[in-house]
Amino acid sequence: MSDARKRMVARAARDIQPGMTVNLGIGLPTQVVEHLPRDMQVCLHSENGITGIGPSLTYEQADRNLIDAGGAYVSPLPGTAFFDSAVSFALVRGGRLDLTMLGAFQIAENGDLANWKIPGKFSPGAGGGMELAQKARRVVVMTTHTDRKGAPKIMQRCTLPLTAKACVNRIFTDMAVIDVTDTGLVLREVAEGLSTTTVQAATGANLIIPDETLPRF
Amino acid sequence: MILSDKTTTISDAIGKISDGASIMVGGFGIPGTPFCLINELVRKGPKNLTIIKNDANETGMGIDHLLKNGQVTRLITTHIGLNARAIALMNDGVITVEFCAQGILAERIRAGGAGLAGILTDIGIDTELGDDKQHVTVNGRTQIVETALKADFALIHADQADNFGNLGYVATARNFNPLMAMAASTVIAETEALVPLGELTPDTIHTPGPFIDHVVELAELTKEYAVVRR
Repeated sequence: MSDARKRMVARAARDIQPGMTVNLGIGLPTQVVEHLPRDMQVCLHSENGITGIGPSLTYEQADRNLIDAGGAYVSPLPGTAFFDSAVSFALVRGGRLDLTMLGAFQIAENGDLANWKIPGKFSPGAGGGMELAQKARRVVVMTTHTDRKGAPKIMQRCTLPLTAKACVNRIFTDMAVIDVTDTGLVLREVAEGLSTTTVQAATGANLIIPDETLPRF
Repeated sequence: MILSDKTTTISDAIGKISDGASIMVGGFGIPGTPFCLINELVRKGPKNLTIIKNDANETGMGIDHLLKNGQVTRLITTHIGLNARAIALMNDGVITVEFCAQGILAERIRAGGAGLAGILTDIGIDTELGDDKQHVTVNGRTQIVETALKADFALIHADQADNFGNLGYVATARNFNPLMAMAASTVIAETEALVPLGELTPDTIHTPGPFIDHVVELAELTKEYAVVRR
């Protein structure tokens, strides 16, 4: 992983506050857990029916019946709970999930998220993604700022099928931290070594750039 | 009074499934997937099956055996990203795949088991998963009608069971199992351990015996149940 992406993951971890119940999506978001202090009071949830996820386990240590939704073998903590899939999503839809961190193919300036289907190329189903995106109290996405061809992933309108409308609150990329607000996308932080002009040029929608000096990550 | 004995052989239990059956299959990834019941279903070979399962397992295990054997025509699921064969069969039009949001699949099954016609939800509104479904307005808010799901059979994996079919699940092997155990006409549970009546603590039974029709004790677990080195 590039240095900028590592710094993005570390920066995203700082948005997790003590006392939160958090769901980390498959891929980059899962790596956020490596940056949380061991003594932090935080409850990780996974769709397959667990709250209080502890550190991942090696092959030799693993319990065959204890995985997270991404299939990683995880450990229990003192206070871990197991439950069925209906309870697991009651927690999500019922408003008990403080924060979810998800991956993204595209994000629109109004907070629309597309992360489950590329017609004709990639269509494995959305899993629990729609409910996480629609119902977590705060939704942040983590993604590279542009796709492999350099095209912006942040745009005026998504062209791919939506996961959920107007659901994203904050975007972490390898170039910037951007908030989705009622007035548009606001640039909050910029990666080391990049100018705001560079970030704007790599973005397919207008960024509101505050006058003050933006923090670096 | 004495509670009845529902134990049977895996061959007799799975032998009841015929062509065209709809079958709910428990499990989320490996935990909770009744691999032995699925393998017996492959041996028996009924065709034109509708499978309802969270996922299609991975290549070379579980649901993948049914797909490879050409026994499945329709799959109702939430995510098949770990099974390239399932995606290829879908893309080639060999099987029909109906995707459902994961928690909504759980609730559709729960509703089916609970004798309800369906549920109302705003999950999937303004997306491909919601566009073709009936919409209603409740208290001024638009909701999608998600119909209840029932099946002819449910295949369940339990950690412990008694002869009456009281079941206990373990860790993340619970997932869809207790929901599906309520939602099928004939429910077949495989169990890693069969214990005498009275041994399971009444307060800790996850699925009460009246939901279960047949209990199959597994003599041994196949390698599919084991930890996978990734």
